Amino acid sequence: MSTPVVERLGTATLRHVGYVGALAIQFRNTLATMWRSLPVVGNRLRWQSALRQMVAIGYDAFPMVGIMSVCAGFILAMQGASELRQLGAMNFVVHLVTIGFMRELGPLLTAIAVSGRSGSAFSAEIGSMVVTEEIDALRTMAIDPIEFVLAPKYLAALIVLPCLTILGSACGILAGGLFMRISADMALSIYFTSVVHSMVLRDVVMGLVKSMAFATIIVHVGCLEGFRVRGGPDAVGRSATAAVVKSTFLVILADVGFTAIFYLTAPR
Amino acid sequence: MTEIQPAISVRDVVVSYGGRRVLDRVNLDVNRGETMVLLGGSGSGKSTLLRQIIGLERPESGQILINGIDLARSKPRELKRVRRSIGVAFQNSALFNSMSVEDNIALPLREHTRLAESTIRLMTWMKLAVVGLADAGKLSPQALSGGMKKRAAVARALALDPEVLVFDEPSAGLDPIVAAELDELILGLKRAFNMTVVVVTHEMASAFRIADRLAMLYKGSLIAVGTQEELKGSTHPRIRQFLDRIPDEIANTAGVDKHFQAYLAGSEM
Repeated sequence: MSTPVVERLGTATLRHVGYVGALAIQFRNTLATMWRSLPVVGNRLRWQSALRQMVAIGYDAFPMVGIMSVCAGFILAMQGASELRQLGAMNFVVHLVTIGFMRELGPLLTAIAVSGRSGSAFSAEIGSMVVTEEIDALRTMAIDPIEFVLAPKYLAALIVLPCLTILGSACGILAGGLFMRISADMALSIYFTSVVHSMVLRDVVMGLVKSMAFATIIVHVGCLEGFRVRGGPDAVGRSATAAVVKSTFLVILADVGFTAIFYLTAPR
Repeated sequence: MTEIQPAISVRDVVVSYGGRRVLDRVNLDVNRGETMVLLGGSGSGKSTLLRQIIGLERPESGQILINGIDLARSKPRELKRVRRSIGVAFQNSALFNSMSVEDNIALPLREHTRLAESTIRLMTWMKLAVVGLADAGKLSPQALSGGMKKRAAVARALALDPEVLVFDEPSAGLDPIVAAELDELILGLKRAFNMTVVVVTHEMASAFRIADRLAMLYKGSLIAVGTQEELKGSTHPRIRQFLDRIPDEIANTAGVDKHFQAYLAGSEM
């Protein structure tokens, strides 16, 4: 006999609530130990680990984020131009590209790229450590796995994701400039002057706040999926897939929330 | 006269997973300087008992006392201190592949002491020398053979000079010569440092070589605790079956026949 719908709904709800609860506990434990990853006041080994993570999450991901942003910049400029040209408002393409990247595309594209690259890597790394009993070994050596494994990753992501977002947005805006130079014969100096005029501090801050929130989601979902691995190597593969799917979904969900807040609190 | 406190005391420990009782009111004392071997077949609960002893899991009820400290009720700082006094050599070695062998051994020293790097290097080399891996420090764990990995894991377990040394299936996956070498290493360490040693295994030759006392688990319960002679002389059917390597009945032929007949008759199985 099939399970009643209400029972299945209740079970699924409890599972999701449990997952969010586990994320919240992990987040709280990470905050409690993260000072140990800071330079000067913390543990030198953790800070070195955080620096290695910064290279892995940021430096190594930049080419991918850059290319994605350039492509998105061209797409946005072309799509905008095809409509705005008919209204004789080609100049507004500059505003569209600038605001689009500062508020939305910069943080979102960066988060999706990092989620795909690093979120799955975190999950696979920690999942492998669980399977090979390395996490148990850490605990028996009185070393907190959250402090040793997760906190340096989180600190690195909190620093690197906003930087990547800025660079990604710059690449997208530059692509918009190249399009305007080719299609509307607009000088790059004029384009960049318009870009500066389109920029609002509120948009910049909002974009950076978003990128830090996305960093939190990607690191914590990736690591939680890794810590929850049970079984053999096949479970590690499944956890990596789950990390990317869940973190991308939660990033988009969080983006809706941030955009709604931005919209509702915007000066009219 | 004051009674000497056991190094490890397991009192009425009950553990269940998903409603299935894995350990059922287990009681066991391991005395200081003693080598206790936990025996049992697959699924008998010996690995679960080991995870309780090293503080990786909490019992549903009962107590695990290490030097009189209850692991389940101890404060985080106290638990940390207890964990530092236990060295664990895991079945799969659990060495960190991202570090060299010597960095693996140095890790607990770097984490828990304020020793100078030169002192840590020297201590690491000494631990590696004790297990016969003095020249392997710079290698990656992936470059080691199975036996060398196990010995490196022992060196890491020894890093903080623990009072209790725990081995999970030390002979698993090793050829008889390497397994015998590891037995001699365990005996040598016990003689040199007078440690309390707990070993989980189902290798009888290894168990009888290293054990002062043995404890046998069957379906989550301890069915025997005693010396080698006591265990060898036991008439308990399960112990005899284990020692004499008598297989379980693989298939219940009467049951299979009944189901087969029901299937042929077309009734639901």
